[in-house]
Amino acid sequence: MMEVNTQSPTSSQADDHGHSKHLAHHFDDVHQQFDTGKFGMWMFLLTEVMFFAGLFVLYAVYRSNHPEAWQFAAQFLDTKWGAINTVVLLVSSFTVAWAVRNAQLGETRKMLINLVITLLCAGGFMVIKYIEYSHKVHVGLVFPQLEHSLFNPNITAEASAKLAAYEQGEVFHQIEALSAAERNWVGKFFSIYFCLTGLHGFHVLAGMVVLSWLILRGMRGDFGPDNFNAIDFGALYWHIVDLVWIFLFPLLYLIN
Amino acid sequence: MYDKSQGVNYLNCERGFWSWFGTLDHKRLGLMYMWSVMGAMLVGGLFAMAMRLELFAPGEQYVNAEQFNQLFTLHGAIMVFLVIIPGVPAGLGNFALPLMLGAKDVAFPKLNRFSYHLWVIGALFFVGVLVTTGLDTGWTFYAPYSTLHSQTAVVWATFGAFVLGFSSIFTGINFIATIHKMRPPGMTWFKVPLFCWGLYATAIMQILATPVLGITLLLVGVERMLGVGIFNPDLGGDPVLFQHLFWFYSHPAVYIMVLPPLGIISELIATYSRKHIYGYRFIAMSSVAIALVSFIVWGHHMFTSGQSPLTSIVFSAITFFVAIPSAIKVFNWVATLYKGSIVLKAPMIYALSVIWLFGIGGMTGLWLTTLEQDIHLHDTYFVVAHFHFVMVGTAIFAMLGGMHHWWPKMFGRMYPEKLAQISSTLTFVGFNLTFLPQFVAGTQGMPRRYFDYAPRFEIYNQISSVGAAFIGISMFMTLWYLLWAIKKGKPAPANPWGAVTLDWQMPPIPDPHNFKDAPVVGDPYDMDLFVWSEDEGGYVPRNPVPGNPYQALPRSAIEEGTSSA
Amino acid sequence: MSGEHHEGSGVSHVQSVKVLAIVLGALLVLTWLTYVTGSANLHGWDLSIAMLIATVKASLVCLFFMHLKYDRPLHGTVFLVAVLFVGVFLAYVVGDSLEYQHYFDQHIEDHVK
Repeated sequence: MMEVNTQSPTSSQADDHGHSKHLAHHFDDVHQQFDTGKFGMWMFLLTEVMFFAGLFVLYAVYRSNHPEAWQFAAQFLDTKWGAINTVVLLVSSFTVAWAVRNAQLGETRKMLINLVITLLCAGGFMVIKYIEYSHKVHVGLVFPQLEHSLFNPNITAEASAKLAAYEQGEVFHQIEALSAAERNWVGKFFSIYFCLTGLHGFHVLAGMVVLSWLILRGMRGDFGPDNFNAIDFGALYWHIVDLVWIFLFPLLYLIN
Repeated sequence: MYDKSQGVNYLNCERGFWSWFGTLDHKRLGLMYMWSVMGAMLVGGLFAMAMRLELFAPGEQYVNAEQFNQLFTLHGAIMVFLVIIPGVPAGLGNFALPLMLGAKDVAFPKLNRFSYHLWVIGALFFVGVLVTTGLDTGWTFYAPYSTLHSQTAVVWATFGAFVLGFSSIFTGINFIATIHKMRPPGMTWFKVPLFCWGLYATAIMQILATPVLGITLLLVGVERMLGVGIFNPDLGGDPVLFQHLFWFYSHPAVYIMVLPPLGIISELIATYSRKHIYGYRFIAMSSVAIALVSFIVWGHHMFTSGQSPLTSIVFSAITFFVAIPSAIKVFNWVATLYKGSIVLKAPMIYALSVIWLFGIGGMTGLWLTTLEQDIHLHDTYFVVAHFHFVMVGTAIFAMLGGMHHWWPKMFGRMYPEKLAQISSTLTFVGFNLTFLPQFVAGTQGMPRRYFDYAPRFEIYNQISSVGAAFIGISMFMTLWYLLWAIKKGKPAPANPWGAVTLDWQMPPIPDPHNFKDAPVVGDPYDMDLFVWSEDEGGYVPRNPVPGNPYQALPRSAIEEGTSSA
Repeated sequence: MSGEHHEGSGVSHVQSVKVLAIVLGALLVLTWLTYVTGSANLHGWDLSIAMLIATVKASLVCLFFMHLKYDRPLHGTVFLVAVLFVGVFLAYVVGDSLEYQHYFDQHIEDHVK
């Protein structure tokens, strides 16, 4: 009964029929069912990796062609927040891995505590992301065709003045000093920054939905030593979110 | 011998809309895919007919330039995303894969249903595009035209294709898991029927390549809505990167479209030659080889697009290697035909057509692979003819052949053989009339994607349009008699063709759960296991499994029996 | 049941808290290391070192948190296939773009003020 629920976060609500029995009709035994589900989950993780691959390719192309622009651009990211978020996600990965152990051993209470900590970490991650994003939006380090973007070649005088006034125009003047071409390359960095972290953030949100659903089902007493597939597969998904961030942190924040 | 009374089967076990739309049964899902795909094919086909009508004579007749852009875009997008990619894997594959494997269902039935629902949602987006502004970017959505200039509903279309992509990914995950984990005892990897091998190779590509299409199309949407500038040259963006990302998916997609159909052809050739398939392992492995090579050849779509000469040479060289596994398939089919007892039923006519058409489509591919020749032929009708030979001449022809082949198993009724033979021959003739002249027009420099052409190309276009009319007529004829057969066709025997794969070792219409007990597995191409029975009007097992009149005792089991006796 | 799962495929290996904690500790140390090396001047080696550390971290997560060390080899293979194809994709596109970049820069110089 479990296999679909964890394949895709988007399908998780629609397909939850509870599980009066653990074995679906087309499997011979629970073992085959678990094995098949896990294999399916790993293939889903593969598609997730390929999904991010396109953006990583764009990143590599623009960075390898204009390394100096990227070095310049990365200084506007706050390494402190990036590092904190890395720690937050690592801890959440640890707690969700522990929750799997708890589920396997039937320690429902501990499992719920671990899942709640994981969910809180995920929430914390998004709050920090929000702080970072809103700062970028205020200083105008956003997509080049938006109205209040420092990289907009046709920026209005009004928008320009507003950006120059924000925080004594520190960022504004640094970007202003660049040539048009340089500004384009620096702008690419932020476009790709938002695409990569945005897609990653979307996966965190989806993970939060999955975690909440697991917590609700855990409170209902659904999981135990003979039925922990959903926890296991949900945890695998959460680890892949962590894995992507492990690469994003040095690639975006630590360009020296 | 058989129980002829209409017992409970997957068609009559439940009734009503939700018993179909909400079903978890792979056979019902397969049928729904098939009907949906046929609906989309009707729409896409009508667009093609409209184009051929316009191109019957040079100059503007019925549609103007903008309308023509819409016609070829929507024809391409619908045929690729809604018809060919899901047609064989999700349609026929869903129906046949678990039956051929001897499994009770696919590995993840709910995911399977979700895939179908995603297909419907994706199709609705395309309907949205159709009823609003249409689409004029070409099915390839090339930036920067799609991101900056097009005034049509690009975001809707790309989002629709994005959703369809996920439908395809989930089907792929499902099929790989099914083939790995759901085979009954005794079905080793090299007893898996070749259609399943084709589906397996395709599924590998579906899960590896489709996500890249997803992110690319999302970027086009984000670029249009928020102006990311990643593909916008005015902002330092590089549009060539769009093509790299797009073809990283869309080249493997060509093989996603074509490998399962080639698998069907292997089944048909063996069955209707009444002979064991020649070179089973080579055919199986060639599918996997094509799948892997397909990932490192995408740049051959970009020889004229600003890709560096060095990369073009590398891609050109590697692309030649695709010819090897493709040719292996064709040689093995021909070797299977040799001294076979060929039965020219409609599915076999389609299968033989495919050998011819795939041969031409593949050979002209080699011309286009050759770098300097492609510079001349790029974006001409030569390319149009080439990929129609592969995508229609191979994929759609094999799909039609497969539909005729499995029609008795799907509905328990025979299609009218004479009509089917006529219409399949007519389709073959019409197809050659339509696309062979386009090769000539292309080599003489007629560019694709224009509503108008120089008068010297008129004769080729007229032959082409006449051929298209042939295809149109025979398609409607096919649709009509297939529908007729569901209600009025002669009741089908359990195994009208003498095929040995497990899908033919069951009652005429399958049980809702396919197999009550795990089936006995033998060589899927050991044609001697079935003999013609006049009483049944079909083939029956030479040595039935005790207690199951539909199942043939495999050769290994028989030999064991005789030696012990 | 978890005990019974141990034989056979071993797909549901129970990870000890101690191993999990050690791995978390290692991950945090590596994060600190990448932070330190990221802000030092490493003469062009910084990207390689950062990627090396990230790969080690990712491997730790895969092997222990995601149980790949104890899992069926098939699952690890699936994952490695993904990494391999990302590598092929990346190598081709970056290589090509470096090759044609001078044409492209020329265009930008000519057309963008």
